[in-house]
Amino acid sequence: MEPSNAIELKDITKTFGEVVANDKISLTVRRGEILSLLGENGSGKTTLMNMLSGIYFPDSGQIFVGGKEVTIRSPRDAYELGIGMIHQHFKLVDVLTAAENIILGLPGKGPLDRKAIATEISRISRKYGFEIDPNRKIYEMAVSEKQTVEIVKVLYRGADILILDEPTAVLTPQETEKLFSVLRNMKADGKAIIIITHKLHEVMEVSDRVAVLRKGAYIGTVDTDQTDPLKLTEMMVGRSVSLNIDRPEPKEPVDRLRVEDLTCVNDEGVTVLDHVSFTARGGEILGVAGIAGSGQKELCEAVAGLQPVTGHIRYFPSEDGTAASAEGIELVGRDPMAIRQLGISLAFVPEDRLGMGLVAGMGMTDNMMLRSYRRGHPFLADRKPPRELAETIIRELEVVTPDVSTPVRRLSGGNVQKVLVGREIASGPSVLMAAYPVRGLDINSSYIIYHLLNKQKQRGVAVLYVGEDLDVLLELCDRILVLCGGKVSGVADGRTATKEQIGLMMTRTDAEGRNGHGA
Amino acid sequence: MEHKQPLFRIAKRGDISKGRALMIRAAAILLALCTGGLIVMALGHNPMAVYADMARGALGTHTGLRETVKLTVPLLGAAVAIAPAFKMKFWNIGAEGQILVGAIAATYFGLYQVHLPQTALLVAMFLAAAVAGGVWGLIPAAFKAKWGTNETLFTLMLNYIALGMEQYLQNGPWKDPKGTGFPIIAMFAKNARLPKVLGVHVGWIIVLVFMVAMFVYLRYSKQGYEIAVVGESERTARYAGMNVPHIIMRTMFLSGAISGITGFLVAAGADYTLNANTAGGTGFTAITVAWLAGLNPIIMLFIAFFLAILEKGSNTIQTSFKIPASAAEVLTGIILFFMLGCEFFIRYRVIIRGKGESGHEH
Repeated sequence: MEPSNAIELKDITKTFGEVVANDKISLTVRRGEILSLLGENGSGKTTLMNMLSGIYFPDSGQIFVGGKEVTIRSPRDAYELGIGMIHQHFKLVDVLTAAENIILGLPGKGPLDRKAIATEISRISRKYGFEIDPNRKIYEMAVSEKQTVEIVKVLYRGADILILDEPTAVLTPQETEKLFSVLRNMKADGKAIIIITHKLHEVMEVSDRVAVLRKGAYIGTVDTDQTDPLKLTEMMVGRSVSLNIDRPEPKEPVDRLRVEDLTCVNDEGVTVLDHVSFTARGGEILGVAGIAGSGQKELCEAVAGLQPVTGHIRYFPSEDGTAASAEGIELVGRDPMAIRQLGISLAFVPEDRLGMGLVAGMGMTDNMMLRSYRRGHPFLADRKPPRELAETIIRELEVVTPDVSTPVRRLSGGNVQKVLVGREIASGPSVLMAAYPVRGLDINSSYIIYHLLNKQKQRGVAVLYVGEDLDVLLELCDRILVLCGGKVSGVADGRTATKEQIGLMMTRTDAEGRNGHGA
Repeated sequence: MEHKQPLFRIAKRGDISKGRALMIRAAAILLALCTGGLIVMALGHNPMAVYADMARGALGTHTGLRETVKLTVPLLGAAVAIAPAFKMKFWNIGAEGQILVGAIAATYFGLYQVHLPQTALLVAMFLAAAVAGGVWGLIPAAFKAKWGTNETLFTLMLNYIALGMEQYLQNGPWKDPKGTGFPIIAMFAKNARLPKVLGVHVGWIIVLVFMVAMFVYLRYSKQGYEIAVVGESERTARYAGMNVPHIIMRTMFLSGAISGITGFLVAAGADYTLNANTAGGTGFTAITVAWLAGLNPIIMLFIAFFLAILEKGSNTIQTSFKIPASAAEVLTGIILFFMLGCEFFIRYRVIIRGKGESGHEH
């Protein structure tokens, strides 16, 4: 065994029930390199890494660390081997400070030597270029700062093999740049870094080698400078694909929704929407961009009648915008039932598909009738139309499911989304809101969803697309509304704006609100 | 080759075939009977003879069978009552109290409105029991819907309030003047008693009707659909435009009402009076029934009947073998323990060190 190999995996297999999440995977990670672990959702990346960090235990196979075979039974075993993982969902205690979180769970007796801890933290920070205030509480921190705490926590415990699970999903382009420079410093220091991602341009930018998984199987490892995004996509998907998204020209867009001064204060008294105003037009896709938690969710829910708000949401039913509808119909103060009773068809594909848009434990048929079950017989539910709709959606959107009565939670992410989007589109909406509709979907399913949204746009529907991937937003949307901390920081033209512009708008009000570290 | 694998691990099963699940359940009952047999042997009896006597006592004679059916009625009634609440994931453990207030309301008519003709009186008792039980179910539902209180604690505490009410009435206003000083409530007059059909009070027909109606209600009605959606996710229900507080209150009124009627059936059909034992744990055992039946009302019939056989059977062996009541209860407990425990093995499989592959069952 070469000593330069930090980790070697041999024939690792892991099954969950009947699902083979990892099928005889072998790969190596060297010291002083950044390895990208690339694959579509459900390809087994996170499962594989969870076996290195002691969360899962492999069914079979061997793990070598530094050339020695090891058994990793718990996260503690992983730490002792110098393996640290930064999870997608942070595991921090909100009411504690950064320093307290960093030392949490470490053995030791007596009172904390806060000074020594702070010194060590600032030594690590200086070495790799972090900016961190050890005494700040987690709940006061922005997402990127929390991530920094997680990384320092792992380094503090002496990790020299770092695994980052989709670290850039919650970051702006500027923050991503910063993270990458930190990663490069760590690499120069001889650490081995594995970054799980499905964003190709990041793979190209930061990694030395790329290992590709597909449907639980190991496809291969290539040197980054020997490959390109198209080749990687082929490895990932298993066939060649085109990476361009259509954007038909909008035909005579008319104002459909006019939102004015929309303000929402959540249960904890935080203003999550702050005097938001914009117009959504029929025949157009309006993108909504922003860092996660900038008010996107509340905005969609407000329009759908699910969120108490102040301000105005005016709906304009008529295509020609005649005098009769000049004032529009006020939607604020009406619940989803009341909106429906006005004859307004709002379709909403919420971010939380199985917790809000669909009933996870029910089959397709029962999910189809979720918004229409009141029709027909006064007491008994008629399941014939929903069953027919389910069958139509299975046929037209190529949903893979054993049966219309199989609980939708057993379907893959892409199929779940097709079921949800299919139902919402089938209601013949005049407004279609889709929150992160391609999150977790493979490339093929994502393109089906883009295509469906475009078809609705051409039908004259006002489409709201809440997205996180700026590349997609810029390729798909006609206009992009940028939210920052619940405020509108601008509306950009999807055809001319650049990623950097949008990225800056996403953090614009941050500079005044929090003491963001000068993006 | 794996050196330090954990001794055993637990992994979720994939889909298990119906036949295999049935086999695991059958094995569980067999194991339960064996374990119970050991206890019987420790008490110095022949297990086979004791089991045979249990079966004979519960099913072998007309009187025995009638008694068993009589025990089945409240169990099935309360289990059917709990079904919609549990389907909604509203953990109503207050069936006990709802049964009791239903019985109390019925008793008021049974004691003080006896001038009514029998049919009218029984209908009045039925309705009074339904309303009282319904209100007893509605109270925790309203608090949960409006202020998010914990329904488990709330319904549990309402049980004690119902019991306290019963004891107050029994010791005070409703105390039988002819009871020679004993604090008991008088026996109902003839026209406040349920008529018998095939030797058992007509309650058995009523709970069978409830059972079928509940099956249809949960599976085919719009309200049943709403209950299922609210149970799975309140956010989804709101998204679908459902009025969640309304559904919670409506369902709990229904659940309480059926429990209340069950109380009426016990008071007017089996006991002909009201006492602290009118509910007698039925509301809790019914939770086991509902759960073992997977909330399917039709299957509840079989589970309730089975538990009634166990109860009647253990009464029989107490007299014929002089087995103490507590030991008979241990026997019943063992059987229930195995039946509930086997559900774990239906959902998970255990992998023992070194047998990673062979432990993989199909």
